[in-house]
Amino acid sequence: MISMIEFTDITAWIHSLLLSVMTPTWTYIVELALSGVTALVVLLVCVIIMVYMERKVAGFMQLRWGPNRVGPYGIFQVIADVIKLLLKESFSPNRADKVMFNIAPALALCVSLMALAPISWAPGLTMWDTNIGILFITAISSMGVIGILMAGWSSNNKYSLIGAMRSGAQIVSYELSAGLSIVTAVALAGTLSTNGIIQSQADGWWILKGQIPAIIAFLIYVIASTAECNRAPFDLAEAESELTAGYHTEYAGMQFGIFYLNEYINMAIVSIIASTLFLGGWMPFHLPFDYPVVHVFNHIMDFIPTWMWFFGKMFLIIFFMMWFRWTFPRLRIDQLLKLEWKYLLPISIVNLLFAAVIIVLHWHL
Amino acid sequence: MGSASLIVLLIIAIAFAVVAVYIGRIFGTSSTNSVKGEPYECGIETKGETWVQFHIGYYLFALLFLVFDVEIVFLFPWATVIRELGVVALVEIFFFTLFLFLGLLYAYKKKALSWM
Repeated sequence: MISMIEFTDITAWIHSLLLSVMTPTWTYIVELALSGVTALVVLLVCVIIMVYMERKVAGFMQLRWGPNRVGPYGIFQVIADVIKLLLKESFSPNRADKVMFNIAPALALCVSLMALAPISWAPGLTMWDTNIGILFITAISSMGVIGILMAGWSSNNKYSLIGAMRSGAQIVSYELSAGLSIVTAVALAGTLSTNGIIQSQADGWWILKGQIPAIIAFLIYVIASTAECNRAPFDLAEAESELTAGYHTEYAGMQFGIFYLNEYINMAIVSIIASTLFLGGWMPFHLPFDYPVVHVFNHIMDFIPTWMWFFGKMFLIIFFMMWFRWTFPRLRIDQLLKLEWKYLLPISIVNLLFAAVIIVLHWHL
Repeated sequence: MGSASLIVLLIIAIAFAVVAVYIGRIFGTSSTNSVKGEPYECGIETKGETWVQFHIGYYLFALLFLVFDVEIVFLFPWATVIRELGVVALVEIFFFTLFLFLGLLYAYKKKALSWM
């Protein structure tokens, strides 16, 4: 094996350090708090990078510069925006249902942060290493729509309500084909645990080993998760040219900021899931063939650290989602539902059966 | 860490939401005027009630969603044991999805899948 600093070494070191100064119970509590805060900080850094990337990618795709004034290459633009949002007043309109209005952003954030728990960040680095990881993520992330519906309904604004209803219909519809693609990957891997799924890709990612069904499932998952995140071209929940800002029209200041943050956290989560299921998460790129050349190639790939693979794949999928935004025009609600119910859902059901045949007959690599 | 990390994440999320809003309360400025609390609908004064009966189409899709979402819940345990069960799993899931596919076809035929 190659000797590299693994994340498990760091966690073991912190564990022994904490044990030397306090009782095991307190160690456990402090470790829990530390892991949660670390996950939040890592995610916030990712979100800052994603917001900057979104603007730069948009800029380059439209032949303009994007942010380039605040700091070198405009990298402090996002931080300036966060400070601006923090200092703005959060208020609720007179006619709104004040309690629901103020709970909604917090609820949306709770849901998307709790989906982080079973994610496998690196070898041995999972907050909640459970055998139902993927099932838990699909279950908890489908609750995100409640926050959006609450926000839209309680705002007592017609645009907000229309945006929230559209978003509700869209998210629940696209959850079906996303769920069926996840089932396809789970059937290939034979386990629901995120760590187990990644371990099953040690000799090649499922997108290579799973033949055509895995590729179709991956494409469907990327399309459906783009819709679930309310990203363009499926952004008609907040279509700014028709609905002002959709369900968060009435929100200001940091409450709006939390919705914005939540959108990017969701994007990060769906790309992490896509990379875990089909692209091997933190697993380096290995080829599933038994030749000496392939062994050498696989060994060379092991030298690239796991965190680089993890974040590389995550940002690659995020880049694709940003690319979609500047390539496809926005759909209408009837086109959106037609795409899901008449094309993606039947295709993903048939694809699942196809994958099942391949698995039972051992045709996958 | 175990499932206790879920509670930790929940607490962190709530704390983050509350603290972020209160930072704005403390350091931000506030103003009052008569139209500030009005719903923002592009400057035109809002007319009538917002909380009224809504278009049925959205609810229809929610109903259809329920059927297929339950299907997916049944598929998850099947997916984990497909290797052990072999051909039996294949035959069973074929009939299971066949009936659901018939349901989808029925909905298609009844034009429940087209937007009204």
